[in-house]
Amino acid sequence: MKPAGLPRDWQADVVVLANRTPAEPLTIETPPPPPPGPTLAVRARRWLDLNRQRLIDTVIGAGAVLVALIGWHLLSANHVDLYVRFENVPSPGQVLDATSRQFSSGAFLVHVLASCRRIFIGFALAALVAIPTGLVMGRYRLARAIVFPLAEIFRPIPAIAWVPISIMLWPTSEESILFITFIGSFFPILVNTLHGVDAIDPVLVRAARCLGAGEITIFREVYLQSALPQIFTGLTVGMGVAWISLIAAEMISGQYGIGYFTWQAYSLVDYPNIVLGMISIGALGLFSSGLIRFLGKLLMPWRAGR
Amino acid sequence: MIDDPVSMSVDQTPTEQPRGHIRVEGFGLRYPTLEGEVEAVHNVSLHVRPGEFVSILGPSGCGKSTLLNALAGFLTPSSGSVTVDDEPIRGPGADRGMIFQHYSLFPWMTVRQNVEFGLKMKGKDRSTRALAARTLLGLTGLSDFEDQYPDRLSGGMKQRVGIVRALATGPRILLLDEPFGALDAQTRLIMQQILTNIWQQLKISVLFVTHDIDEAIFLSDRVYVMSAKPGGIKAEVRIELDRPREPSISNTAEFVALRARLMQLIREESLKALGGELNADALKGVSINLAGRDFSQIV
Ligand SMILES: Nc1ncnc2c1ncn2[C@@H]1O[C@H](COP(=O)(O)OP(=O)(O)OP(=O)(O)O)[C@@H](O)[C@H]1O
Ligand SMILES: [Mg+2]
Repeated sequence: MKPAGLPRDWQADVVVLANRTPAEPLTIETPPPPPPGPTLAVRARRWLDLNRQRLIDTVIGAGAVLVALIGWHLLSANHVDLYVRFENVPSPGQVLDATSRQFSSGAFLVHVLASCRRIFIGFALAALVAIPTGLVMGRYRLARAIVFPLAEIFRPIPAIAWVPISIMLWPTSEESILFITFIGSFFPILVNTLHGVDAIDPVLVRAARCLGAGEITIFREVYLQSALPQIFTGLTVGMGVAWISLIAAEMISGQYGIGYFTWQAYSLVDYPNIVLGMISIGALGLFSSGLIRFLGKLLMPWRAGR
Repeated sequence: MIDDPVSMSVDQTPTEQPRGHIRVEGFGLRYPTLEGEVEAVHNVSLHVRPGEFVSILGPSGCGKSTLLNALAGFLTPSSGSVTVDDEPIRGPGADRGMIFQHYSLFPWMTVRQNVEFGLKMKGKDRSTRALAARTLLGLTGLSDFEDQYPDRLSGGMKQRVGIVRALATGPRILLLDEPFGALDAQTRLIMQQILTNIWQQLKISVLFVTHDIDEAIFLSDRVYVMSAKPGGIKAEVRIELDRPREPSISNTAEFVALRARLMQLIREESLKALGGELNADALKGVSINLAGRDFSQIV
């Protein structure tokens, strides 16, 4: 990798080129082999230098988590009652015990897998529908005129409010949960995609036209590409809302899933499992948005520096 | 193929009749607005012969971009005709390369992908594209940057990539809309030399829009001076300086005389563009008053 900024004396090269008189025939010079790259040790050093601040931030962040854990332990182990009551709140140790029990029996994993499967299907469907819809709406007036008012009416309705209708609409509760997850993530993705298309630099479209690009190419290579950062913002937000919606739906009408598990633990007065459920939701949410960020980096290498 | 930049630049032999004859006759363009139609350009006639380098010089808002956009195919003339090699223009196309004032590289493509874009549109295969891109990038000293993304490049480099990208498809004409306006004076000079160099290698017709007088003289065979709104052609000035031209040419008597002449023409139009009744003396008065004012009181 080349370091950022402008290397070497590129202007010197240019002047040589610029001063070449046209009489002189043009030859294509085969470039010399690249100089050997820096050694591994040097690269590791540079990486450290470039990422120092980030490393420090990570250490601080880990410290904050540790402090929170200790605080939780102190509050719950001592059954603190300061208007907010920690008497029945399980301590980190108890939750850890519950976790190991749950994982050894394997029952918990079924719930986790059920939730992940629902998120995957509901979210993937939402992305598959919302992204093309947003792109087409941004590109074609007519599509926008038709879809936009509908979207604006449905958008403010929280996914949870769809639960009763959803149960009526779909034959099984599994489908209605998927539908609610879908609805939850659909609008953030749609709206962000639309914003992305609106923010496109019209000069880029013109440039593409001047280079002979047709409608389909412009749609794919210019509109989609330049909306991609915003689309990924939408996907990240959408993923968050998908989890919120999913858990709510599972608590109300599910048979499996972490939401169901958590609510059941509450009904059975099994406090450590409530916290286990909560933490699992947090961890899975973190993991899935990390996955999206990773995908974004993969698809947008040009934004690496940002 | 004849329009392949590789064979053009490598063989150094024009394999075809010279082409790229731009002809603009009685061109007028009106923009519809709330107040009715606004005439941006009125009755412009000009031409660029095959292989000629012609500049359009004019004050801000006189319709230079409008004219160029009509040639590129983004605007349809309200009156008159705009043709290249006697064919009327129907929409944008790769036979006319355009370079915009604002960098218009695709930020999600590397330098090389940007340059290859037009060739990809033409359906050229991978190795042809790569060879063409390498050749053209080498020609402009950009070989080391072919795998970089545009936001890593300086302004001058971006604009060079823009020029190379427009040339890659082997266009008949090159349209440039104040391409170096955002660059510093030194980079500007270098870019002018690079452009001259490329133009002489490829023997392509160029229509270059600028409001920099020295730039117009240094680059062009002929300069059209446009009048203020609605824009029209005020004068046509032939630049008969020998080529190749070195930057030092700007100190020669010929150059200085041309500059003075163009300055005079432009000044009249710029004053008109600033506001109908304003004349040079009135402007002098304004500056004296401003200079005599005690600004510390305002602050
Ligand atoms: N879409 C539009 N609607 C209405 N008026 C327009 C439109 N585009 C341009 N104009 C007007 O037409 C005139 C010519 O515009 P144009 O952009 O061609 O000028 P220009 O010579 O390129 O100016 P500059 O040097 O500032 O780039 C200007 O007065 C401008 O206000
Ligand atoms: Mg302009």
